Amino acid sequence: MQPNEEPRSVGIVTPQTVRFDTPLALQCGVTLPGFELAVETYGELNASRSNALLICHALSGDHHAAGRHSPDDAKPGWWDACIGPGKAIDTDLFHVVSLNNLGGCNGSTGPRSTDPNTGEPYGASFPAVTVKDWVRSQAMLADRLGIERFAAVVGGSLGGMQALQWAIDEPERIANAVVIAAAPKLSAQNIAFNEIARQAIVSDPDFHQGTYFRKGTNPDKGLMLARMLGHVTYLSAGGMGDRFGRELKSGDIGSAQDVQFQVESYLHYQGTSFSRRFDANTYLLMTRALDYFDPALDYGGDLVRALGQARARFLVLAFTSDWRFSPERSGEIVDALIAAGRDVTSATVHSAAGHDSFLLPIDRYCDLLGAYLGRVAEELGD
Amino acid sequence: MRRDLEIIADLVNPGARVLDLGCGDGDLLRHLATAKGVNGYGIEKDAAEVAICIRAGVNVIEHDLDDGLTRFPDSSFDMVVMTETLQAVAAPDRLLDEMLRIGEECIVTFPNFGHWRCRMQLASRGRMPVARHIPHSWFDTPNIHLCTFRDFEELVTGKGLPIIERFVVDATYEKRVRWIPNLFGTIAFYRLGRARP
Repeated sequence: MQPNEEPRSVGIVTPQTVRFDTPLALQCGVTLPGFELAVETYGELNASRSNALLICHALSGDHHAAGRHSPDDAKPGWWDACIGPGKAIDTDLFHVVSLNNLGGCNGSTGPRSTDPNTGEPYGASFPAVTVKDWVRSQAMLADRLGIERFAAVVGGSLGGMQALQWAIDEPERIANAVVIAAAPKLSAQNIAFNEIARQAIVSDPDFHQGTYFRKGTNPDKGLMLARMLGHVTYLSAGGMGDRFGRELKSGDIGSAQDVQFQVESYLHYQGTSFSRRFDANTYLLMTRALDYFDPALDYGGDLVRALGQARARFLVLAFTSDWRFSPERSGEIVDALIAAGRDVTSATVHSAAGHDSFLLPIDRYCDLLGAYLGRVAEELGD
Repeated sequence: MRRDLEIIADLVNPGARVLDLGCGDGDLLRHLATAKGVNGYGIEKDAAEVAICIRAGVNVIEHDLDDGLTRFPDSSFDMVVMTETLQAVAAPDRLLDEMLRIGEECIVTFPNFGHWRCRMQLASRGRMPVARHIPHSWFDTPNIHLCTFRDFEELVTGKGLPIIERFVVDATYEKRVRWIPNLFGTIAFYRLGRARP
C-alpha cells in the first residue's frame, strides 16, 4: 500500500472498452450495427461467477464510479462514497461492473461517436435510446464478461430505474434489485423540468440543431443553464439554505454593487464545469430516456403486472428531502411490489441533501445498503 | 423458541399472506416463514429495528402506523397481525378498522392494564402502574392507549367484529389464564374477523 493511498478506496483503476459487433435493434426501430461500451470493474469475480454486481448510472454519470484514474485526479469516481473495500458496495465481496450507458459521452457509443454510414459524428441523429435498450446492452455486456446472473443490480435515480427494468426484463439474470431515490415513471413536473433544460440547450445559438461539432462551437450556455436548473432540483430548499444561506461571494447589498451570492457562484461553477465535460446531444438523449421510462406500459399500464414478471428481491431506498423523486414515489414502487407478492424491503433515510443524497456518504444510508448487500453476499456460493 | 411467536404461528394458516404491523426485529415473520411457509411483510417505524430486519433478510417496510395504512388496498392480505402495538398507536379503533379492511382476518395482542398488579399500584400507592408487561414510566411510555381486556372486548363488540379465537396468558406466555382473566391475565390474544354486513 502506498503511503498516500486512501483507506477503503479501490485505488487506481483503468477503464476498458468492450466492442460489440452484433447488431442491436433499439426500441425506436433503428438498429445499431455495432457499438462500444466503456467499462470499469472493481473487485474479483469469484470462481462460481456468482458475485457480480452491476452499477447503473444516473443522468450525467458514467463508468467511472470509484477510485481514480491517476493519483493526480482531483476527484474519485462519482459513487466512491459507496463503492470500495469495506464500503456499502463492498469490493472485497463483489465483482462490481460499471459502464457508461449507450448514448453516453464518456467512451461508450453515443452522439460523439462516428456514424459508420457518414463518417461523421452522429450528433443529433444518434437514435433515441430507452432504459429497456440499456438493459439489453448491459445484458450483452454480462454475456461478454461471462456473468450469467448478477447478484445485484444497483442504481440511484435513473440508475434505479434501470435496476427496476432489469428485474422485469431479465428476471432470471438478477437476484437482487437495489432501487435508490427513483420513481416508477416521471411526473409531469419532472418532465417539465427536463423540457426546460432541453430548451435551454436547443435554443442556444451555438447548438446548431445538434451539429455544433461541425461548426466548431459548443452550446456552453445552454448546457450550463440546464445543469444549473438540474442542480436546483437535486438539492432541497433546506439543504441549500444550510449550505449557502444568503451569504455573499462578493459585493455589498447595501450599495447594490457587484453582488454575487454564494449560491449563484456555486451554480455557475457547476454549470460551467458541466458544459466542458458533457455532450449536449447526450444530455437531450438521457433526459428523454428518463421522460419515456414507464415499465408498466408494456403491461397495460399496470405496474403490479409489470413487477409480477420479476423474480428478484428488492431494496427500495428514498430520502426525506428528495423532492425530485420523493419518498412517495419510491412508495409507489414498494406498494406495487407488495401487491405483486415480490420480496421487498424499503426505508426512508433522513437527509437534508435532497435528491443528491444518494451520492453522499450518509451513515444510515450506507449502513442499510451495506447490511442488505452483506446479506446478499452471505447467500452467494463461492 | 419464543413462546409468543409459537402462539401466533398456531393462529396463522399455512401459506397465508401476512402483514405484521410493528414487526420489531422481524422474529415473528421469520418464524412464520419457517413454520408456516408464510410470505410476509413487516411494517416498522424504528430505524434500528428496520436495520435488524434488513440484516435478517426480513421484508420490512419503514412506515409509521400513525401515518395510516391507506397505501394498502382492500383485502390485499389474508392476515394482518399486530402484537403488543395497539396500545402505542394514535387511534387504535381506526387502526383496527384498517386492519380488517386490508386483511380478511386480524390478530391483535395487547397488555392488560386491568391486571391486579396495575390495580394495586394505582389503588394502594396512587401511582401509575409499572409492571413486567408495561415497564415504562408514565412520562416516557410509548403506550398512550392502554386498556383492559374488558375495554377491548367492548370495542370489538361495539364494532360487531366476530371473535374467531380469544385467550389470555400470563407474563411468561406459558399458562392460559381462565379464572377472572381481566384480573389475573397479562397478555390477550384476539383473532378477529370482519363485521358481517
